[in-house]
Amino acid sequence: MKARVHIMLKNGVLDPQGEAVRHALGSLGFEGVHGVRQGKVIELDLAEGATEADVTAMCEKLLANTVIESYTVEMS
Amino acid sequence: MHAAVVVFPGSNCDRDMAVALERAGAKVSMVWHKDTSMPAGVDLIGVPGGFSFGDYLRCGAIAANSPICQAVKAHAEAGGYVLGICNGFQILTETGMLPGVLLRNAGLKYVCRAVGLRVATDQSAYTSGYAKGAEITVPIAHHDGNYHADTATLDRLEAEDRVAFTYADNPNGSARDIAGILSENRRVLGMMPHPERMSEAAHGGTDGAALFAGLAAQLVSA
Repeated sequence: MKARVHIMLKNGVLDPQGEAVRHALGSLGFEGVHGVRQGKVIELDLAEGATEADVTAMCEKLLANTVIESYTVEMS
Repeated sequence: MHAAVVVFPGSNCDRDMAVALERAGAKVSMVWHKDTSMPAGVDLIGVPGGFSFGDYLRCGAIAANSPICQAVKAHAEAGGYVLGICNGFQILTETGMLPGVLLRNAGLKYVCRAVGLRVATDQSAYTSGYAKGAEITVPIAHHDGNYHADTATLDRLEAEDRVAFTYADNPNGSARDIAGILSENRRVLGMMPHPERMSEAAHGGTDGAALFAGLAAQLVSA
């Protein structure tokens, strides 16, 4: 089974990379982009029987730094 | 003083740190990241700069979960001294031994140059060799040195006199110009600048040497 983890910087945490992307879009002529936030997606290939709670534990321990990042888990 | 310097795959300031500690009179043991314990009688653990595990996932995140970090944590919890420089600072925040986190530099660029630092407190073994308020010159070399913590944490660090160094001219966007912070018991220091790279005349300056000398002086008498 598979899990997909989405990790984003929390609101209020400065995202300089997202800001740089926003500026780049503006200079390419894409107008009206008010904000860009950049995150990451981690795909996990898991043994049968793995639960969302297992993936949550992985997020808390390693995959996300919860001081600055929030995460969501999608099981499939 | 007996010091141990931890070596991770990708560490590149481990030997610089060892030499700076030796010059200050310490006996230094190098410890591999897969080891699970420290040599007996270690007073100080140095967590060096570099790019442990290629900075994969987040700077310091994988190193913070390596076997040796359990021993580093246990040492700190037992009242031992831990010095994290640059990537070492990032690792200490990832372990939760120090609060906050180091984000990507606000200017997005890797910054590698000597900067002015203010000694914000002389109340620690690390900063006892400096006068409070002194300005020293020490190099920085990092891409992710932008110190971030919530307002309550920043207020507490300042109220408890736990900011060790601040930047004279903030190079990376760090909250409240913070370059280095101390733990609650003042025995764990994390800092982005590299005092070990400014500790003998051949480096172009010796402003970093007092950190190691001050540490050696306090840990000899301990």
